[in-house]
Amino acid sequence: MVDLPMEPSGPKPRVRLSRANIMLYGILLLVSLYYLLPLYVMVVTSLKGMPEIRMGHLFSPPMEVTFEPWVKAWSEACTGINCDGLSRGFWNSVRILIPSVLVSIGVASVSGYALTNWRFKGSETFFTILIFGAFIPYQVMIYPIVILLREAGDLVTPIAQSANPALELLGLEPFGKVRIMGSLSGLVFVHTIFGMPILTLLFRNYFASLPDELFKAARVDGAGFWGIYFRIMVPMSLPIFVVAIILQVTGIWNDFLFGVIYTKPEIYPMTVQLNNIVNSVQGVKEYNVNMAATLLTGLVPLIIYFASGKLFVRGIAAGAVKG
Amino acid sequence: MTSVSIRNLDLNFGAINVLKNLNLEIEQGEFLVLLGASGCGKSTLLNCIAGLLDISAGQIHISGRNVTWAEPSERGIGMVFQSYALYPQMTVEGNLSFGLKNQKMARAEIQERVARAAKILQIEPLLKRKPAALSGGQRQRVAIGRALVRDVDVFLFDEPLSNLDAKLRTDLRVELKRLHQQLGNTMIYVTHDQVEAMTLADRIAIMKDGIVQQLDSPEEIYLKPCNKYVADFIGSPAMNLFKGEIVTGDTPGFVANGINTGLAGYGFERPVTGGAAWMGIRPEHILLGQACEGATVQTEALVDIVEPMGSDTLLWVHSAGQQMRVRTEGQSKIKSGDRIKLGFNAAQAHLFDATSEMRL
Amino acid sequence: MSLISTETEAMHRQDRGAKKPIRLFRNLNAKVAALPMIFTALVIFIGCTLWTIYHSFTKSRLLPAPEKWVGLDQYERLWSTRRWLVSIENLVIYGACTLVLSLVIGFTLAALLDRKIRGENIFRTIILYPFALSFIVTGLVWQWILNPEFGIQSIVQSLGWERFAFDPLNNGQIVIYGILIAGIWQGSGFIMVIMLAGLRGIDQEIWKAARVDGIPAWKTYIFIVIPMMKPVFITALVMIASGIIKVYDLVVAQTSGGPGIASEVPAKYVIEKMFEAQNLGQGFAASTMMLVSVLVVLIPYIYLQLGGSRRG
Ligand SMILES: Nc1ncnc2c1ncn2[C@@H]1O[C@H](COP(=O)(O)OP(=O)(O)O)[C@@H](O)[C@H]1O
Ligand SMILES: [Mg+2]
Repeated sequence: MVDLPMEPSGPKPRVRLSRANIMLYGILLLVSLYYLLPLYVMVVTSLKGMPEIRMGHLFSPPMEVTFEPWVKAWSEACTGINCDGLSRGFWNSVRILIPSVLVSIGVASVSGYALTNWRFKGSETFFTILIFGAFIPYQVMIYPIVILLREAGDLVTPIAQSANPALELLGLEPFGKVRIMGSLSGLVFVHTIFGMPILTLLFRNYFASLPDELFKAARVDGAGFWGIYFRIMVPMSLPIFVVAIILQVTGIWNDFLFGVIYTKPEIYPMTVQLNNIVNSVQGVKEYNVNMAATLLTGLVPLIIYFASGKLFVRGIAAGAVKG
Repeated sequence: MTSVSIRNLDLNFGAINVLKNLNLEIEQGEFLVLLGASGCGKSTLLNCIAGLLDISAGQIHISGRNVTWAEPSERGIGMVFQSYALYPQMTVEGNLSFGLKNQKMARAEIQERVARAAKILQIEPLLKRKPAALSGGQRQRVAIGRALVRDVDVFLFDEPLSNLDAKLRTDLRVELKRLHQQLGNTMIYVTHDQVEAMTLADRIAIMKDGIVQQLDSPEEIYLKPCNKYVADFIGSPAMNLFKGEIVTGDTPGFVANGINTGLAGYGFERPVTGGAAWMGIRPEHILLGQACEGATVQTEALVDIVEPMGSDTLLWVHSAGQQMRVRTEGQSKIKSGDRIKLGFNAAQAHLFDATSEMRL
Repeated sequence: MSLISTETEAMHRQDRGAKKPIRLFRNLNAKVAALPMIFTALVIFIGCTLWTIYHSFTKSRLLPAPEKWVGLDQYERLWSTRRWLVSIENLVIYGACTLVLSLVIGFTLAALLDRKIRGENIFRTIILYPFALSFIVTGLVWQWILNPEFGIQSIVQSLGWERFAFDPLNNGQIVIYGILIAGIWQGSGFIMVIMLAGLRGIDQEIWKAARVDGIPAWKTYIFIVIPMMKPVFITALVMIASGIIKVYDLVVAQTSGGPGIASEVPAKYVIEKMFEAQNLGQGFAASTMMLVSVLVVLIPYIYLQLGGSRRG
């Protein structure tokens, strides 16, 4: 277009959208659609009435937005046993979640700390067993743990009942037979056990990355095992505690297997209740209520996921470098 | 009076024997420097003294007490680390008082001691800051302060200046020396920097592979290195070493490359025997031009490279197939390619047996 | 304080310092603190596993019956049960497909995201979010999307393709692929993240060198980058494999093992034998077989790891 030959000079002209770039973004957009589709379907279905669902199709947005299904899913939906909605499961999950997260992280962080800074004969062997144990299918250990929990209940019963005379004097209800199997404490125990490999690894690796001289300085300053843990290690490790919390909250909230096996219907976690609601064979299928219930159950991990962003990625990436 | 006494100390990491039957007596108020190449076991020895490592055999006594199995905090030591190791979440004041709080000391006394240490180290304005808000030099002062407040008999330093830049390092080195004069505590100081060692130490222990090679005053180590390793290690640039043979006759001599160096002026440590040996001469003990009139050895050399360093000049020369380093005055006129006359006196040379490498 | 008391204190301290403490009680706090870990390792991971293996050789039904030793009976029965065979077949198909697809999709997506694109964070967030959801939620959503009356099949039909049929959840022949779609949707983002971390770990100089040498990007990936990422691939492989063997909730939620027994999986077989069919022995034998299959994957991995570190 110009008769003078233009010599290259100054910044290279940028091609804003080259062919390759269009391809690249095109593919990524398509892929994103595939991943987003189920979320979209859940949302729109949960906002439609049943007649509309029967007439329209899966992807059409609701013509008439209704929150009825959400209300129903939360407080009226029926499992095989009762009809008070998912709210019961939600609160059960919260009751399971809080102690499980606290206990599992507490125990694992102390183990990781002991493994890093206070090695003793055999400590590495136990740790190796722990890590390989993470690969044993749960199904192999599930039944013996049921027995352990039952026996533990029997073991604790006389100890608890020894307090009964005092309780009776105070006018409080005396202990009956203590059951750990099928109780909240049993499930907390199971979550602690099975969370231990990955969490211990997470904490051990993190503590090992802290300068060793800090630990030595604290020892010279006369701090002991717990002093160093609480005064030096924990304050320095808040990010890894956040990662561990994210990991555990999502993991425990999403658990189904342990919930089914180690609890009983009154304290079933949300996932189990959700499955019972959606897959219960009685009555007419209410797809909108089902999707509202599904979405409700997924909400807690989704909120954590979207709120934590990079930390979530860091958590699962840390979990990935096992062994 | 002995302050720290290490007796027959052994330390193994698994099968690796890092410290071997080590003995060391350190006087009250002495400034002892452990000097050696990286990986020779200096930090390991210091950690053993501090009680941070469980030793494999032997005994450690501090201020007359056997502390072999005592906890680090019970040993009456304070320690300063290379990476400072300040507790990042505590203020400077918190860092200084942490050890005292662990001793359950009364509040008023803690404050008094922190204030005193802060005054000595001139870190009073920094007390409320977190370590992250301090410069490297300030951090190291706080780290020293942490040892200071504990009012201990023995200070242990593990390369405390290595993370600082050159200028700060010199400043803080002088300050450390002043601190030692002021406090009069025993100090054990690990470094791989020979300038630090020479300037600070009352005595230097030169270590290699977990064994103390020589324990002497800096002067003695410089003038009379006990073996070839020490001779080579101390001095910068390193000593020139020639391999040759000692001939015994009416007067003993050292023959290398056909040149016979008369050893009449050399102060032998033991009866002269013939045989293969090393002769060493420090670059600063080589005389040039007029100055070498009357020296034991005189020869000609060709200058390869001239390195002017301001205060002095370093020459890389060769003569009779031998590379040599020569140190001469600051603004030397010598250029590369020049032929120069040089020589040295046998009295300033060092002789080492070729097999045992011990000083002759 | 009086002189005498300080002196005795010093003597006392001297005693403590000089006396070699009993080994077991040194750093006792650390050992006590490690007890839960020791318990988990020894009692749960080793003890419970051995217990189950032992009882898989017994005729336990409602209750464990350690005295009724029957040798390999349970295993013989297991391998002649159609339901178990279907489970194994499903696991193999599901496993092979998941492995290949996760690795290919995960790596491809990671490579696309690694091309210094705008909005990387948004794309990554979108691709990874399913991983935050439980298998129950995943299974139920896909059950709904694959619903023949209202889902994909009906939509395509309403677009004019009257004869289009895609009803995996009611067709025993392909039901496992219906589960596969859901499983890949849930887990591939995770593999992508691992791969992306691996790609980011590669020295950027490699790319500069390849550019200077004029090697096209795809060739650089295949001949230089992928071989360099071998450890990442192995990690991803182990992760995927250990996820495959655990597949349980997804099937329970999406198909309940149906139609008929067409989508049964070993994990589900075990749970049902133990807690519903009151046939503990079968459950133990089946779970032991699961353990064996994990070992088949894990042992070469350990071998590789050990071999690698010995060479290194
Ligand atoms: N925890 C350990 N385990 C095994 N070997 C070690 C350990 N700490 C140090 N070493 C080895 O002991 C030797 C001495 O180390 P160190 O005392 O740190 O040397 P330096 O003189 O540089 O301070 C080195 O060879 C080092 O590799
Ligand atoms: Mg060192």
